[in-house]
Amino acid sequence: MATWRPDPSFYPSPRMAAKAPRETLAYVAAFDPDRQRPDAIAVVDVAPASPTYSQIVGQVEMPNVGDELHHFGWNACSSCLCPNAPHPHVERRYLVVPGLRSSRLHIIDTKPDPRRPEIVRIIEPSEIAERANYSRLHTIHCGPEGIYVNALADRNGNAPGGIFLLDHDSFDVLGQWELDRGPQKLAYDFWWHLGHDTMITSEWGTPDTFENGLVPEVLLGSKYGRRLHFWDLTKRKHVQEIDFGEEHQLVFELRPAHDPTKAYGFVGCVISLKDLSASIWTWYREGDKWAVKKVIEIPAEPADPDLLPPVLKDFKAVAPLVTDIDLSMDDRFLYVSCWGTGDMIQYDVSDPFAPKETGRVRIGGIASRASHPKASNGALNGGPQMVEISRDGKRVYFTNSLYGAIDPQFYPEGIDGWMVKLDVGDNGGIGFDENFFVDWPKGHRPHQVRLEGGDCSSDSYCYP
Amino acid sequence: MTNIWPWLSLAGLGAFHGVNPAMGWLFAVALGLHRQSARIVWLSLVPIALGHAASIAMVLLAVTAFGTILDLPNLQLAAASIILALAGYYAIFGHRHRARVGLRTGMAGLALWSFLMATSHGAGLMLVPAVLSLCLTNEAGIAGMGNSLPISLAAVGVHTGAMLAVIAVIALIVFSRLGLGALRSAWINFDRLWTLALGATGIILLIS
Repeated sequence: MATWRPDPSFYPSPRMAAKAPRETLAYVAAFDPDRQRPDAIAVVDVAPASPTYSQIVGQVEMPNVGDELHHFGWNACSSCLCPNAPHPHVERRYLVVPGLRSSRLHIIDTKPDPRRPEIVRIIEPSEIAERANYSRLHTIHCGPEGIYVNALADRNGNAPGGIFLLDHDSFDVLGQWELDRGPQKLAYDFWWHLGHDTMITSEWGTPDTFENGLVPEVLLGSKYGRRLHFWDLTKRKHVQEIDFGEEHQLVFELRPAHDPTKAYGFVGCVISLKDLSASIWTWYREGDKWAVKKVIEIPAEPADPDLLPPVLKDFKAVAPLVTDIDLSMDDRFLYVSCWGTGDMIQYDVSDPFAPKETGRVRIGGIASRASHPKASNGALNGGPQMVEISRDGKRVYFTNSLYGAIDPQFYPEGIDGWMVKLDVGDNGGIGFDENFFVDWPKGHRPHQVRLEGGDCSSDSYCYP
Repeated sequence: MTNIWPWLSLAGLGAFHGVNPAMGWLFAVALGLHRQSARIVWLSLVPIALGHAASIAMVLLAVTAFGTILDLPNLQLAAASIILALAGYYAIFGHRHRARVGLRTGMAGLALWSFLMATSHGAGLMLVPAVLSLCLTNEAGIAGMGNSLPISLAAVGVHTGAMLAVIAVIALIVFSRLGLGALRSAWINFDRLWTLALGATGIILLIS
């Protein structure tokens, strides 16, 4: 139902969004790695004054099992204020929640009671296959033409993966987004520079190469994703491909600068086949082309082979495994999740070509098993994974599970879920909120976090 | 020109169209902010006004052309049916315009965008009662092409002039004084007002 005034959680510019009131609830996708019980969206109380602070205060279960909920998103966001695609009287109230394994899409209404969200529509895989020819749904972004959903495979589980559109009012599947795909085959993440009419997509692999875990031969053969694709966002046309080369595998999470006048962003590469290091690259505009430059390299850490899973034993080292990154609203701090070593690192990226480390915490980790002040168990497993930043940049939340089939390859005893929160210093620096530790209920593992009213990876803006 | 009211309503509708952020002043402000130039704001207003003018001119020309083959009651009925159908569609399905013009567009793209927005909103249709009444003022029935055409073109001129004045004033105030914060509170649901205005236009045509 349209409103008379724009949704109060929409902001024309990232500058203004950074002044938004603080969030009181977080929504967290949680899945059952054994696919025996339904996945869920859990509601976590993040209001410090609340008696239930740091607790799960609500939950909506999916109607099926085995969805593997992944990167969900809002139906509408600040891009609704864009001048060339204005629809500011849509409400930000629905969470669009994809199943990566099931290819099912759930529409969840958070409005009547934000602590008790309700499923209001389910779009079955057959409808998505029929109308868009895609499956294995991965990431959601609200944008100029509606809700964009990417998918890692076609309806039969093969390449190419790509993007389709949903209407943000009716949630009808509008069809494939790409009009000219060019050489793009694999898909993983996507986002855009609205001010530069450019979409960027990254790559993972086809379902047969990840649904049963990472395949060593594919990895060592450099056959997982290693390319960025640049698209004309309005013409829906592929314009450029950048190959990171055989050394770099799993070029994953994309975080463009929020300021729409800036033409750069960051992408994390999970692993180097040369030395197991992870890296962060900056993409940027160079003349009339896009270019990339490696700006951060995080080395592997030597470790006692007895502490390592089979996949790493021979290397006698822990790979950092940068599986997620996130950029603060003012484009100043980049947060980097090292799921292998257990580090969450904060970099000052005011100069996007010369990041400086400004903070680091360690929790979990394959060899270190670092703990948290509020954790009852002295040795945590899993590591910093999906990370989300509050709009004002003062708080950072993250969880510890990556993907059901890959978790045991690096944490063979399984992962006990947790979610933590960091407080950020005015000039950088990060530390644990000692009162915030969600010891995740057994049976589910927490994955992506979304904050009430938006966060640093939900919205995009048209005005500087 | 015995009656000033049709001209005033054309100008008033011009102001109404101009106030709506989705008709262009917001685009001009955005381009000015991106390129950090007040000059770009002013320059952008020209293609926006031209695109809008081309759209309504097209509709009014179509109406006057049909005026040569239809008698007045049938012409009014036909126009009212189209307008009410459009208003009904918007009332049920909302305004779903997806004009694919990006923020890097040039002046030609901006004119095209404005043309598409005005056309898909039914901007020209909203002027039909005023233009018909002007044509009728001059003769005892629907005027022939010879007379209606200059009146329609004058109508386009008056409407576009009023629209341009309003978008210029608002763009100036938002760009240099108010800032974008105004969007969060002042951007009332023009789509809904627009639907009501279209509905009112259809009813006026039916009962006049």
